Amino acid sequence: MPIWIKRTSFYALVAVIFVLSVFPFYYAVVTSFKSGQAIFNVDYWPTSFSLDNYFTVLTQGVFGQQILNSIMVATGVVLISLALAVGASYALSRIAFRGKTLMLFTILSVSMFPQIAVLAGLFELIRSMGIYNSLWSLVFSYMIFTLPFTVWVLTTFMKALPVEIEEAAIVDGASPIEIIVKVFLPLMWPALVTTGLLAFIHAWNEFLFAFTFMATDAKRTVPVAIAMISGGSEFEVPWGNIMAASVVVTVPLIALVLIFQRKIVAGLTAGAVKG
Amino acid sequence: MRISTILASSVAAVALFASSAIAADLKIVHGSVGRDQEMLRKHLDMFEAQTDHTVDIVSMPESTTDQFGQYKLWLAAQSSDIDVYRLDVIWAAQVANHFVDLSPHVQDIIGDYVPAAVESQTVGDKLVALPMFLGAPALYYRKDLLEKYDQSVPTTWQELTDTAQLIQDEERAAGNEDIWGFVFQGAAYEGLTCNAQEWVASFGGGRIVEPDGTITINNENAAKALDLAASWVGNIAPEGVLSYKEEEARGVWQTGNAVFMRNWNYAYALAASEDSAVKDKFDVAILPGTEGHTSAATLGGSHLGVAKYSENQEAAIELVRFLNSYEVQKDRAIITSRPPTLNAVYEDEEVGEKQPFIPLWKPVVDNALPRPSVATARNYNEVSKEFWSAAHATLSGDGSAAENLQKLEAKLKRLKGARW
Amino acid sequence: MLLVLAAVAAYPLFRTFYFGFTDASLDMLDSVNWVGFRNYLEWVDYGDGEGEFFGLLVDEVWWQSVWNTLYFSFVSVSFETFFGLIVALVLNANFAGRGIVRAAVLIPWAIPTTVSAKMWAWMMHDQFGILNDLLMKLHVISEPIAWTASSDTAMLAVLMVDIWKTTPFMALLILAGLQMVPRDIYEAAKIDGVHPVKVFFKVTLPIIRPAIVVAIIFRALDAMRVFDLIYVLTPANDDTRTMSVFAREYLFDFDKFAYGSAASTLLFLIIGGVTITIFAMGKTNVGREN
Repeated sequence: MPIWIKRTSFYALVAVIFVLSVFPFYYAVVTSFKSGQAIFNVDYWPTSFSLDNYFTVLTQGVFGQQILNSIMVATGVVLISLALAVGASYALSRIAFRGKTLMLFTILSVSMFPQIAVLAGLFELIRSMGIYNSLWSLVFSYMIFTLPFTVWVLTTFMKALPVEIEEAAIVDGASPIEIIVKVFLPLMWPALVTTGLLAFIHAWNEFLFAFTFMATDAKRTVPVAIAMISGGSEFEVPWGNIMAASVVVTVPLIALVLIFQRKIVAGLTAGAVKG
Repeated sequence: MRISTILASSVAAVALFASSAIAADLKIVHGSVGRDQEMLRKHLDMFEAQTDHTVDIVSMPESTTDQFGQYKLWLAAQSSDIDVYRLDVIWAAQVANHFVDLSPHVQDIIGDYVPAAVESQTVGDKLVALPMFLGAPALYYRKDLLEKYDQSVPTTWQELTDTAQLIQDEERAAGNEDIWGFVFQGAAYEGLTCNAQEWVASFGGGRIVEPDGTITINNENAAKALDLAASWVGNIAPEGVLSYKEEEARGVWQTGNAVFMRNWNYAYALAASEDSAVKDKFDVAILPGTEGHTSAATLGGSHLGVAKYSENQEAAIELVRFLNSYEVQKDRAIITSRPPTLNAVYEDEEVGEKQPFIPLWKPVVDNALPRPSVATARNYNEVSKEFWSAAHATLSGDGSAAENLQKLEAKLKRLKGARW
Repeated sequence: MLLVLAAVAAYPLFRTFYFGFTDASLDMLDSVNWVGFRNYLEWVDYGDGEGEFFGLLVDEVWWQSVWNTLYFSFVSVSFETFFGLIVALVLNANFAGRGIVRAAVLIPWAIPTTVSAKMWAWMMHDQFGILNDLLMKLHVISEPIAWTASSDTAMLAVLMVDIWKTTPFMALLILAGLQMVPRDIYEAAKIDGVHPVKVFFKVTLPIIRPAIVVAIIFRALDAMRVFDLIYVLTPANDDTRTMSVFAREYLFDFDKFAYGSAASTLLFLIIGGVTITIFAMGKTNVGREN
């Protein structure tokens, strides 16, 4: 096969993936520039360019504060669950102890209950812990759901790393913490960044808990804020505003990926050297 | 004259409370945001200025199912976090246990309210919530198209079917390919219960479950009504109507792609707005009925109740009275076009001038039909789901109306057991 | 620390199990009566020798939603794994603009589900949705389809949106696995002239298999609990009602907290069973190769 056919079809594939991923978002952007009745028309290209919707979203209420809340909660969840998960997965992948499989499955089983089924119980729990209407209630409840995932993924990756790489360190008498920080972390970047990113997005997008455990606007997070954007009257769905808000909250995530994808590449070279 | 009495009595009541009560911090949970909330804030500021109390709003997303779940959690926890709840019209009987009986506190004013609204909030002898504003549907029609084909506004569902078919055929022949005859709310949700209840009631098919608790839905008239509605889908109504809620229906009709629409009052202001394709081309009428039976319009709306667990019940009741007083209702009607619950506001000249549709809505509201939420008490949501499922199945061509209603009756009986 | 968290997380779960055996109503969680298995199965005697079984185990709607859930999960996870693998392989290659494409691919996953579900509902509207418009312009369909309304397409619509939305999750996890594959293996294979397809099946796939299995498990767990997407797109539709949607109806909308708790318990058991099955399959496969 001539090289140019290969190249063209490869780039065609890239283009297809790109368009499929971005199109609905692009359509949201196009919609966010529209106003009033124009929403009901199908347009493939922006026909008008009005920033009214953005202006409304950003000035109405406390949207800025709510974005900040989301950032704090999501960052907190990612940092704490990664820290706990790295320790736990080191233990689970490198240290032999009884009941390891059982432990792994217990952790996993937490992911088996539907949010909706534990909502009432968690609500009571959070009220009795006195963190109702505090951002900690979200950090706490999200961790229940992100930890199993991060522990499992990191354990799988640690298992995949050859044992030889840490043997030298063990011979040098390094403590487990030193081994984790000096040996594993540099190699684990792709997995850490990936799981961190996925956990971040999970926390960023969660609606049900965020809605149930927070009672004041200033404490609410972005998905709830978007659900609260309303039209001029009952039943009216303000598509323009909702789309504008969605664009505003998605952009930070895109920026995050753009920054961290360099780390994924860095992890790649590190792996190549050691492997 | 009556207006002045109401005014005087509400002012007197406020003054009475203000002098006796100590300052309280109240929390009100309010089902809608945006303009509604701004206005509520304004009224609360007025209240704060008149009394020593302060009031905070706890806002909720617009989806009533989300609200209902959260309210149930708060109430189940007997939480004193919230003093005043804004309740959907159908919730009164389901949450009655958790609310203060308002009837002794509003005896002096309750006679001024729209009777259907008061009925919908009365469970046994208990007044669960004081009516705040109403919602009622109407038939929206394109007067330009009716004139063009020399048709009159339909007063029966059969006429509506025929007129819609005729105009749709003619318009399509003339090149207007996207036009449909009639759009309504046909998705499987509470809105379909409202629509289908209207068809059934106006065919003389009763109220699904009568006020005394008897299940009457399995009857010939009800079957006739649903069969007629099923004949619309795919003929005068697009197949997608089976997934339409209020906004989808409005989208189709307001872009000029349907002759008739069944929708709530909110659509009026939007259809009359500057960028509407049907501006000046439409009008509203009461929903059609049948020969021998008048039309029926489902009662919607939201009402204010005071939680039993509130630590400031007296102040909370005072707030509820204030928010439903003449002045406040008038202001609300003018700003947000919500149909008021006080009879007198419909006759107010200023309201009529600024919101011309509100006086038009009085007959609709007066004859409005409450859903069987009081009769079925705590089972209402499940009853409603079974009913809309049967209606949706019939509309989708999944079994005839008679078959589906027979199954529905069996399910409702099973649900009812010895009593509701 | 982890144990404490697990204990705390288990509390609501055990409460749910417990309520499944009571007559609890959300109104009065403090005063409940133990009713044994009545929420699951109960013989009601009409007194004249005739009777009927009631309860979750004979509830057609429940079994329909179990089937919907399993069908949904199987189809969506299969497609997501397949597409995710392709996307991951593409992103693992070196090409100009890779950073941008990587970010772009994540967009579907990044938009809050409730928003993207609404967005798709809008795009799939039969009258002014862009999807019908596009398909008609391309002459794939001749008249608008009511995607979320008709029972033939409702499940298809839900699947389409879910696959669109969660393929990035799969892709990213598989990509992270691919990054662990040492580069020099490819170099060596290239020098030896081994066909790339063969390299993929003989070298790459075995190495990334654990990553794929974990990704599949978590996706399957998520898919079997799917809620908001269906709740927004096709609420109360028998063809797409899943176990979570069923549980929610009884827990919160209807006054049958106990029945909903029983459903949640069964849901948990079913998910557990499926997970163990996936696991057993993943393990035997790995075992065979070793």
